[in-house]
Amino acid sequence: MLGKVWTIFRKDLLIELRTKDSLNAMLFFGVVVLVVFNFALEPVRDSIRAAVPGVLWVAFAFSGTLGLNRIFAAEKENGAIQGLLMIPVDRGVVYLGKMAAATVFMLISEVAISVLALIFFNLTVWSEIPYLVLVCLVGTVGFTAVGTLLSAVAVNTRMREVLLPLILFPVVVPILINAVEATSIVLNTVDYRALRQPLTVMAVFAIVFATLAYLVFEYVLEE
Amino acid sequence: MKERGEGTLDLVLGLALLAGMVFALYMAFLVAPRERTMGDLQRIFYFHVPAGITGLTAFAVNFVACLGYLARKDRWWDALALAAAEVGVVLLTIVLVTGPIWAKKAWFVWWAWTPRLTSSLVLWMLYVAYLLVRNYIPDPERRAQVSAVFGLVAFVDAPIVWFSIRWWRDIHPAPMLETGGLSPLMWPALLACWVAFQLLLIYLIRRRMFLETARDDVEELVRRAELAS
Repeated sequence: MLGKVWTIFRKDLLIELRTKDSLNAMLFFGVVVLVVFNFALEPVRDSIRAAVPGVLWVAFAFSGTLGLNRIFAAEKENGAIQGLLMIPVDRGVVYLGKMAAATVFMLISEVAISVLALIFFNLTVWSEIPYLVLVCLVGTVGFTAVGTLLSAVAVNTRMREVLLPLILFPVVVPILINAVEATSIVLNTVDYRALRQPLTVMAVFAIVFATLAYLVFEYVLEE
Repeated sequence: MKERGEGTLDLVLGLALLAGMVFALYMAFLVAPRERTMGDLQRIFYFHVPAGITGLTAFAVNFVACLGYLARKDRWWDALALAAAEVGVVLLTIVLVTGPIWAKKAWFVWWAWTPRLTSSLVLWMLYVAYLLVRNYIPDPERRAQVSAVFGLVAFVDAPIVWFSIRWWRDIHPAPMLETGGLSPLMWPALLACWVAFQLLLIYLIRRRMFLETARDDVEELVRRAELAS
């Protein structure tokens, strides 16, 4: 099964690396969000460090939504979805492949957004990096676990791209809360043992929704 | 095609609901004692709490109906899911409106981002999102199937939302029904209101399902007429 997941994942990665449609939009939107936040947070310039985790995750979530939108819309536009549906594999495999691709795209844009945020907000992190990577990894997998399913839900509707953030953000509230909490533990405290709880909640979220999505994916992906 | 309409059951249910509502109002405003510190303001409790419990019941019904649809592919389950979600959103809206009115007087703020308030708001958003998904899928079969999946996601998400924010400080009172902090004199009014809200839930779900199946029937008739001509 892993081989099949890998094939679908590799296909999406190759398409993206050649066209760079999603990544360009995701990265640039991340920059735009950071700049907008810079203006919005001007009055609290002195305590900016406390706001950075929230800013980061809003930027991640917005740019991630752009990427998730494309993950099925692109197939639909080119009529490639029929081909995808004709592959003699379980629909859950399609889900896992797509989710892996969405996760990688989102992680790439997160790296770029984080580096920019460090420059814009004048932060220095070195020893915190491994923990930040861990938090981003778990949070992003949770985000895309349910995001990939809801992206497939949204392409069924008349509104498509417009609808995804409306239905996705209420569902990923637990991820946003815990990711912001975990990021601010890493950036603003020294005791990392407190990381365990938010990481556990995000991991549970990811596992629960990946399992649910794997099981029900056949119902949303039909032609 | 079956004949559908106002059955005896609906009539009985409607009359029981009417009587139950009048009785609940009588109990909440005239029989229940005046609260010591909050005065008559506390009477909003008899509508706030039962609406909340009944709203949660409605979402549980929606969850069961979504599972039922995915298992059986019967449009009856879809109509039930839709009706339960709509009534649930209405009931939770009542909770979210009565809450701030009460809070402004009792806590001196309209809103506080406490666990119970935040998770109620997120729950409300989840089911508004469910209704949005339905709204934008024109084909009935696709709509039923795709929205059923979203219904499962919403219901599974709710406890995780609650768990995620439970470490926030809370000024909302813990459910007094569990801790036994509620005066015995207030119980009858609460129960009367709870029964009235449950009857309202059942009645509205039935009427909404009737409307939905009638709509299906009309579409079916139109389709047949087009085929015949």
